Amino acid sequence: MTLLATLNALLIQPFAEFGFMRRALVACLALGLSCGPIGTLLVLRRMSLVGDAIAHALLPGAALAFVMFGFSLWAMSIGGFVAAVAVAGLAGLVARLTPQREDASFAAFYLIALAAGVMIISMRGNSVDLMRVLFGTVLAVDDASLMLIAGIATASLLVLALVYRPLVVECFDPGFLRHLGHAGAWVHGLFLTLLVLNLVGGFQALGTLMAVGLMMLPATAARFWAAEVWSLAAVASLFAVLSGWGGLLLSYHANLPSGPAIVLLAGSFYLLSLLIGRRDSLLARQLSQRAHRKA
Amino acid sequence: MAHAAETAVPPPLKVVATFSVLADIAREVGGPAVEVSALVGPNADAHVFEPTPSDVRRVAGADLVVTNGLRFEGWIDRLIKASGYRGPIIVASRGVATRQLSGGADPHAWQDLANSMRYADNIRAALVAALAAKSPTRAAEVEARAASYQQKLAALDRDTRARIATLPAERRRVITSHDAFGYFAAAYGITFIATRGWNTGSEPSANTVARIVRQTREARASALLVENISDPRLIERIAREAGLKIGGKLYSDALSPSGTEADTYLKMFEHNVQTLVEAMSEGTPSPAALLGGKP
Repeated sequence: MTLLATLNALLIQPFAEFGFMRRALVACLALGLSCGPIGTLLVLRRMSLVGDAIAHALLPGAALAFVMFGFSLWAMSIGGFVAAVAVAGLAGLVARLTPQREDASFAAFYLIALAAGVMIISMRGNSVDLMRVLFGTVLAVDDASLMLIAGIATASLLVLALVYRPLVVECFDPGFLRHLGHAGAWVHGLFLTLLVLNLVGGFQALGTLMAVGLMMLPATAARFWAAEVWSLAAVASLFAVLSGWGGLLLSYHANLPSGPAIVLLAGSFYLLSLLIGRRDSLLARQLSQRAHRKA
Repeated sequence: MAHAAETAVPPPLKVVATFSVLADIAREVGGPAVEVSALVGPNADAHVFEPTPSDVRRVAGADLVVTNGLRFEGWIDRLIKASGYRGPIIVASRGVATRQLSGGADPHAWQDLANSMRYADNIRAALVAALAAKSPTRAAEVEARAASYQQKLAALDRDTRARIATLPAERRRVITSHDAFGYFAAAYGITFIATRGWNTGSEPSANTVARIVRQTREARASALLVENISDPRLIERIAREAGLKIGGKLYSDALSPSGTEADTYLKMFEHNVQTLVEAMSEGTPSPAALLGGKP
């Protein structure tokens, strides 16, 4: 009984007592569910760093909206979305029109966007605002942002289900979408749009700097446990959800800032998976080498 | 000839104040004898200010620098060093009885009008010392302006005490987003419960927020007040959670932009008193709403 009571106090009670904890948890669950598959697809498409670039590209749009309308959920979301889509589009365009590769043009545009965003906010003369936009406040998620995050997660999962096959095939046959011609470009564009939408959702909770953490860390960790696309995505979502839950509890019990706690927990899942994961981890490699030597 | 020096009007003293409150006091006391600019402008947070090259230039060209002291402006020493400024540095809070907090003295001394009278006097002494040689008439003007400003401060102090005295003692409890009102609390008998410790620079943990929600529920605070330099989202969340109404905006470390409700120190203080008295005299919330305050 005492054990149960302790577990209850440790794991459940904070959520039962406080509405802001429940909201933060629901936001993390929703984000985790859609970020799992999107992160997995990014990893498989060798676009791991693109997520990071796009998350930073949100900043000038969100910053401009912030300067004009203050902390308005819709203005900042739309601003961030437009800016990120613009950066993704420009990077793609440069890659198509010049011999420069997409990763290089992405890097160039996101750095421009990041600096522009920091400048826009700083011109208003308040770096606390900048910190808030960069880091977000998962503990302050209100009804409207919760609806936005949940709506984005739902829409993302539905759209992913519709274009699952071409997206997956392209992961293993990079020329596939090009063979499809227009349809291929369309699928790629749709995927990037979903990516941006999820980062906009994550931005509400975790800020531009860390929204991508909940997307990429679980996806990279999943690779040490699963092999099929669906199982990778499921493991990634599981890790993301656990990071959200555990991170909030860490923040609650150990008095740590919640955003970094969530992302660092996702990071420790990655390190743990790297060490002792079932597939290709350092431990698994060691074991299989020993087995080989014995044979 | 002494006579010619007295009749010729010297150019105004260039005074650089670290933030808007000091700048306003210097303007009130100095009048036409000074040309005051503030490094940290209206609605901005001096705790996390980052000087730009133009700030360095302004300090370099100043005749007099006015700081709050009490380690409020952690950046000022570096800024003065970088600018090469060698003129007098006035610590406006010199001689104030400080409140000790765990991290050192609480710098927000201007939230007690008795302290502000000391500020005004320190600034007067410095201006008079700087002007005395150049223009005794101007120095005398400053003395006269300072005396009338002292009277206004004293009148506001009496008025504030009278207004707060009309409220029942058990209603004099409010919650704010940053602990800048320690001096106000001590001087005028109001309990402020702050949501962030005494610095706006850090992200709160779930633990901090939970503690505040609990405190709020138990403390039976009368109202929750937002500050002009803090993140409104978190404080709104806490208000909902505890079933409190948001009672308006307080100005703590910065004035509002010129032409608005709190663009001078006197107006700012009066606005704060008005907001507090309104919030604390409203009939909300009932103890029942506080106890069953979960959303």
